[in-house]
Amino acid sequence: MRSIVIVGYGMAGARLAEEISRRDPGNERVSVTVLGEEPHPAYNRVLLSGVVAGSMKVESITLHGPEWEDRVRIGVSATAIDRGARKVTLSDGSTISYDALVLATGSRAWLPPVAGLTDDSPSVVAFRTLGDCERILAGAAPGAPVAVLGGGLLGIEAARGLVGRGCQVTVVHPVGHLMERQLDPGGGAVLRRRLSALGVETLLDAKVMAYVPGDGLQLADGLVPADMVVVAAGVKPETSLAAAAGIRVDRGIVVDDCLRTSDPRVYSIGDCAQHPGTVSGLVQSAWDQAAVLADLLTGVNVAARYRGTPVVTRLKARDMDVAALGEVHVGIESEDAEVLCLSDPERGRYAKLVIRHNRVAGAILIGAPDAAATITQLYDADIPVPSDRLAVLLGRALPVMATVTPKPAELPAGAVVCRCNSVSKAQLVTAWRSGATSESELASATRATTGCGSCREAVCGIAEWLSATT
Amino acid sequence: MVLSENGVQPREFPTNRGGLCQKGWTSDQLLTTPSRLTSPLLHGKPVTWGTALDFVVDRIERIQRNYGRDGVAVFGGGGLTNEKAYALGKFARVVLRTSQIDYNGRFCMSSAAAAGNRAFGVDRGLPFPVMDLDDADMVLLVGANPAETMPPFMQHLRSGLIVVDPRRTATAEQATLHLQPALGTDLALALGILHAVVADGHLDQDYVKARTTGFDEMWRIVAAWWPERAERVTGIAATDQRAVARMLANARNAYVLTARGTEQHANGTNAVNAWINLALALGLPGRKGSGFGCLTGQGNGQGGREHGQKADQLPGYRKIDDPDARAYVAGVWGVDPQSIPGPGRSAYELLDSLGQPHGPRGLLVFGSNPVVSAPRAAHVTDRLKALDLLVVADFVPSETAQLADVVLPVTQWAEEEGTLTNLEGRVLHRRLALRPPPGVWTDLEVLHGLADRLGVDKGFPVSAEEVFDELALASAGGIADYSGVSYSRLRAGEALYWPVPEAGHPGTPRMFLDSFAFPDGRARFVAVEHTGPAERPDAEFPLWATTGRVLAHYQSGAQTRLVPDLLDATPESFVEVHPDTAGRAGVADGELATVSSRRGAVRARVKCVSSLRPDVVFLPFHFPGVNKVTNPALDPTSRMPEFKVCAVRLDPWEDS
Repeated sequence: MRSIVIVGYGMAGARLAEEISRRDPGNERVSVTVLGEEPHPAYNRVLLSGVVAGSMKVESITLHGPEWEDRVRIGVSATAIDRGARKVTLSDGSTISYDALVLATGSRAWLPPVAGLTDDSPSVVAFRTLGDCERILAGAAPGAPVAVLGGGLLGIEAARGLVGRGCQVTVVHPVGHLMERQLDPGGGAVLRRRLSALGVETLLDAKVMAYVPGDGLQLADGLVPADMVVVAAGVKPETSLAAAAGIRVDRGIVVDDCLRTSDPRVYSIGDCAQHPGTVSGLVQSAWDQAAVLADLLTGVNVAARYRGTPVVTRLKARDMDVAALGEVHVGIESEDAEVLCLSDPERGRYAKLVIRHNRVAGAILIGAPDAAATITQLYDADIPVPSDRLAVLLGRALPVMATVTPKPAELPAGAVVCRCNSVSKAQLVTAWRSGATSESELASATRATTGCGSCREAVCGIAEWLSATT
Repeated sequence: MVLSENGVQPREFPTNRGGLCQKGWTSDQLLTTPSRLTSPLLHGKPVTWGTALDFVVDRIERIQRNYGRDGVAVFGGGGLTNEKAYALGKFARVVLRTSQIDYNGRFCMSSAAAAGNRAFGVDRGLPFPVMDLDDADMVLLVGANPAETMPPFMQHLRSGLIVVDPRRTATAEQATLHLQPALGTDLALALGILHAVVADGHLDQDYVKARTTGFDEMWRIVAAWWPERAERVTGIAATDQRAVARMLANARNAYVLTARGTEQHANGTNAVNAWINLALALGLPGRKGSGFGCLTGQGNGQGGREHGQKADQLPGYRKIDDPDARAYVAGVWGVDPQSIPGPGRSAYELLDSLGQPHGPRGLLVFGSNPVVSAPRAAHVTDRLKALDLLVVADFVPSETAQLADVVLPVTQWAEEEGTLTNLEGRVLHRRLALRPPPGVWTDLEVLHGLADRLGVDKGFPVSAEEVFDELALASAGGIADYSGVSYSRLRAGEALYWPVPEAGHPGTPRMFLDSFAFPDGRARFVAVEHTGPAERPDAEFPLWATTGRVLAHYQSGAQTRLVPDLLDATPESFVEVHPDTAGRAGVADGELATVSSRRGAVRARVKCVSSLRPDVVFLPFHFPGVNKVTNPALDPTSRMPEFKVCAVRLDPWEDS
């Protein structure tokens, strides 16, 4: 039986182990060993912002129960790979052999080179691991000033969670608008206004000079007071183990559509992997990769290939609805794309839709949740955008479905008033003229109202209209 | 309702509150339909009952001699009375001694039943009286359209209503919140809402601790379905998922109700369990004024699944592979337990096997029209044609009857006595209101006649009350225990909800108030994962199709299509299409189109509906041919076919 060693017990490594186990429930095809550096079982990193916000308990985000103990080695990391001998050396000095090795080492938080901003400072916390999360919670005293360094997705989720815990939060962002990878300047401005309404201050184009523990972040033009700095300034793929073993590394560990590295016995998935079809850092890509790799490693589907994951960014934060996908930086003046845009900063709404060849090419949706849901589906399924573009852009906000109930006089004669019994207005009028002038007489004459009863009001309205006009 | 010279009149009753829809009002027209069968037919020619039954018996004996007991199969229906369902199951096991019996309820309630058994240890559609719904503040209705299928029921849903349906149905129009998920993604939606229940602090922890097991294992799956992820799969905004969690949690009394829309899938059992998990997390089941339930589809959808016409079942909802159950029922039947066959094929598998090398060569059909109602209908029709003997007992010349070697004309609703068990588990007595036309027998008389000719002269009485008394005895000690129910109690007007384990027992209107039907008394969270539809659209078949009902018809339409008023209301097969989709397919509102899948095609008139999702078309299933397109992929637990989603294409109709 082939032995598979997975280095990394995060979202990608844990998922791969599950996907393999689902394809090989009796462990008959392959044997799996997972190596986890952190001192606890795998947890759902995506839900960490929920832990910061207080909506999730730490125990609720654990991915695996005790049934995984025999396949997982916790608290050990891989220190070297001997590709010739097909062995991995571990931090406890032991070695483990493999037939196939999967690097799912993830990424680590990037600390900007700022004086005083070091990860051994007790009041500087990256936002990456469960341990980070626990430290953030320890420092998030109500009323405490906190600076969040980085106005990307993770920084904003952290800021929203912390302000919800009663901290005074300032987001310090080095670029001209928030979430600049996913939003255009208009969208960034609406998002900033929304954050401000929730109590989060934002400093843009901020140049951080130094961090002074006890005081705060020293900017070029002033001080941001902070008892704690949460750093969400970006991540770097964790590639050192691969690089030291001579495996080809660019930004990340380079993989092909089989998730294979430059060594055909070594694979890589998740944040540490670099595949041409993917922006790393998103769980959906890691999970899609895990499914493909499990197919390949177990031999269940040797034709499986990973071709990339379309990126949809979705902010997970209470009272904030932000979705972005595809090409977002196309301007409304573009000549080769259809671009619709609505900005309603006062109500925290921004909707932009980029259409090419009648398909969704990109979108930004802030404060338009149902439009976001619909447009994402159109994008993922690659199906034509409905011709009523405005309805698509605005979702339920546009009352296309809400029709004014017509007055009895205006109803066409053939209009069905009682659905349950297929009774039209004309039949009711005829019955009324034959002497059935009350609701109950109309009911016995036509059976209208005798099903679910929801047309009672309409039937009475017709009776009233007839008595008023005859 | 009551039948008099003036036709049908509604009666004040808790379920319908004196209301009838057009199907009820016009049901007397069926009694006088010119298409009524009044003489047995042998190869299409009228013959005497003696000739017809002799022919059937001769063929049965010949087939069983050559191919063994299982060479002859039986196919029943969820519209049959309890007495008929019971007698049919007994006839199969005791007279034919075939394991090959199943019924069309497999296409209806089987996923709901399997899920209820897994979660609660028992399957009763509504484990509470329907009237309880009146006091709910919030009802979540999943894949149900009672405003068309059962309009008087809507009177019980006057409170807050959340509807999950890919179409904007008449029911959805009355909802406070309507969610239109992508086809086949209900399970993911349930997981997303359940995630929101936990994340937003709505979990009823005391209830989960005291009354359930399995939460942790279930949660490990649900934890990975945060609403934003479920949104991407379902198309339902994360905000709306959270709103549903909040609306249900904040309600003083709330219900979660499912129906075929969420159940008729190849993962239908898991989908229902996901909705049950949601109800359990909110602490609804087994609490007075709140709960979980599923809405039954056929006239006797509940009772029809309890008394032994299912492949794996004996009367009283007993399992056919349980030695104690076999011994007990054998005692009631006066046969050797060894002589009772084991489990047989499920409905589609049975139909699929007909005339095949190891499949049955003869089939007796009672109260069903599989030519119209089975998935992959063209194939099923071919299988029926391959039989050496097809016998159909019906009162109208259904599409299946038209293929039969022998057609046996039987009584219909007003012409016979019997009991039905309604959606809330209440046993209803239906009186005889009208003498049947000359030449027509009751199904019980047919079974009696066949049994007698096949050498079993006892045990198949023709009196419904006698059959019921035996059914009650056979069900004693089973899950669906009717032993305390009698015609005299029913005639006296008692409202009896099963279980009624002894003569003086008042019945059980509300189940689970103290405990669930497992030895430890706890309900089960079942860890279920979203898998999605068995078939996905591609370039050749780019659209999703779903099926359902319209107000004017029920079931295969074999009966309602004979009622002039109902046929006027909905005269032919149609396909609902988004106007953009119609435009791209080159068809227009009111024109004929072909809807085709990998399995077959059907002609239907185009109805443009702008509220429909552009990737979905809808076909009502009451017309022949619609099920030629549907997918027979089966649920691994319930063996329910995937009626509610398949990949299709839409083309202009070309007369060839």
